[in-house]
Amino acid sequence: MGRYVLRRLLLTVPVLLGASLLIFAMVYALPGDPIRALGGDRPLSEAVQAQLRAEYNLDDPLLIQYLKYLAGLVQGDFGTDFSGRPVLDTILDRLPVTVRLALVAVGFEILIGILAGVLAGLRRGSFFDNLVLVSTTVVVSIPVFVLGFLAQYVFGVRLGWFPIAGITQGWYSYVLPGLVLAALSLAYVARLTRTSLAENLQSDYVRTARAKGLSETTVVGKHALRNSLIPVVTFIGADLGALLGGAIVTESVFNIPGLGRAVYDAVLRQEGAVVVGIVTLFVFFYIFFNLVVDVLYAALDPRIRYE
Amino acid sequence: MNEPRTETLDEPTRGEGEHRESFSDRVDDRAEELASAAAAGDIEQAGLWRDAWRQLRRNPFFIVGAVLFLVFAVMAVAPQVFTSVDPRDCSLARSGDGPQPGAPFGYDIQGCDYYANVVHGARISLAIGFLAVLGTLVIGVVVGALAGYYGGWIDSLLARVTDIFYGLPLILGAIILLSVLPERGVLEVSLALIAFGWMTAMRLVRSNVIGVKQADYVQAARALGARTGRIITKHILPNAMAPVLVYSTIAVGTIIASEATLTFLGVGLQLPEISWGLQINAAQNRLRDAPHLILFPSFFLSLTVLAFILMGDALRDALDPKLRR
Repeated sequence: MGRYVLRRLLLTVPVLLGASLLIFAMVYALPGDPIRALGGDRPLSEAVQAQLRAEYNLDDPLLIQYLKYLAGLVQGDFGTDFSGRPVLDTILDRLPVTVRLALVAVGFEILIGILAGVLAGLRRGSFFDNLVLVSTTVVVSIPVFVLGFLAQYVFGVRLGWFPIAGITQGWYSYVLPGLVLAALSLAYVARLTRTSLAENLQSDYVRTARAKGLSETTVVGKHALRNSLIPVVTFIGADLGALLGGAIVTESVFNIPGLGRAVYDAVLRQEGAVVVGIVTLFVFFYIFFNLVVDVLYAALDPRIRYE
Repeated sequence: MNEPRTETLDEPTRGEGEHRESFSDRVDDRAEELASAAAAGDIEQAGLWRDAWRQLRRNPFFIVGAVLFLVFAVMAVAPQVFTSVDPRDCSLARSGDGPQPGAPFGYDIQGCDYYANVVHGARISLAIGFLAVLGTLVIGVVVGALAGYYGGWIDSLLARVTDIFYGLPLILGAIILLSVLPERGVLEVSLALIAFGWMTAMRLVRSNVIGVKQADYVQAARALGARTGRIITKHILPNAMAPVLVYSTIAVGTIIASEATLTFLGVGLQLPEISWGLQINAAQNRLRDAPHLILFPSFFLSLTVLAFILMGDALRDALDPKLRR
């Protein structure tokens, strides 16, 4: 197990390097001059532009720029944006917001997704089962930003239950965006739970448990459900990694100052250092949570062993 | 891991040359099957695709999806069928007016007939959906087949490259790529979606190629001296394509949603193009006083995505032998 984790950790290094280089190349090598754009309508003097270019290593070839960036990164220096603010400050500033949003979303996935999946899986073919099937298909078909507007319109404008933008009301302001962010995975969790539970209810060990005369609650709760939730738990774990990096649209629609919003703004301003720093962090989250999930899988399911 | 699908993909009764290799192995099973089918009065035995089609025709979800798809396809090819109003005939005097006789969806901020605009938006969505999925398939099939067939270090290398792209969310990667392009049309947006969307197709093809490459008919082809290129394209790929087809059907829907998202964020298509993403973008600040401007294009967009997801889901059920009744 220890060796497996170590090998996986080592494998993340080339992936992280490759991903950061890819982003770096896109931001820096494509046309467009961020320094010239910085001046806007009043062009900066040539001397100032030259000085800024030197300061941000923009005159070096791509690979040298990248290596200089990496050298800084190893020493904990994420670089600075064009107004001189350290990128690390921006990250530490925005990260709690994004984490909070992701946690609320995962909460909805667990609460609504698993509940709906269990109820549907217990009574396959029932009205509720079909309702879950149809509603999950519909939810999956609605793009996230449309879902965001729908939620804003129905719960914010018409019903007035929730604020439609910003985070001024603490956790309460995260409810609506969290639900919208969760929607897609929530539908998937419901379906996964349903299929998994329905499959396990057909299995030999459940038949044995019933034959022993155990009560239905024990059969479902202690035997079928615990096994059925293994793939669900691992999906939700991996999804947390994706949610931490995939909230750009939700944060834009609900005007939430998280990392997704920060990276989007930085992309538009061509602030390479900010984009590369945050996106690499996203990729790290994604890889890290996938690794955690694989380890979790072995811990939850004794049939799985990594050599 | 996907199971090898040789069993159901063989069509020995129809004598298709590619699959005849495994005929002798299964002739006994087959005879038994035919006998029982004949006894049941249902002699029409067929391969995977004919069976799938028979099942699809009876699936109400597929029917709904297919009808929706046909409607939007006609809307994309010949919008005149649905509206005779010119979408660019605008008058600021009626800016943002709600639905009324003669203008079922009302008027947009520029005072253009909204129904005509929404109908004309279908074309670009479907174009990008099909173009981008075609692109992801080309890359996915080539890279996946190479990795799956050769294995070894080629597989490891291609798997790492795929990992790198996988870590980048589709929308984020496309935003970065598109944000620096001054002109963004159908081609640019499709390319950005292909660049960050090919990995799932690759992994699917790879695992299916690994699943079928040890099959008897592949061994036989190799023993007969067929070259690698021929084995991959003529024997392995056709038998590894069923899950890819399911995936691509659904992917057209998700790509259409992604395009609308990018356009909505301001890094996708640009005016004067007529697209649902642009319409929703223009209307986003009018949620309180003119919600219809967001709701109508959103509704059409979601229905289009739904059409492909319904068809893909039904196709998956029909092609999965384990779910056969």
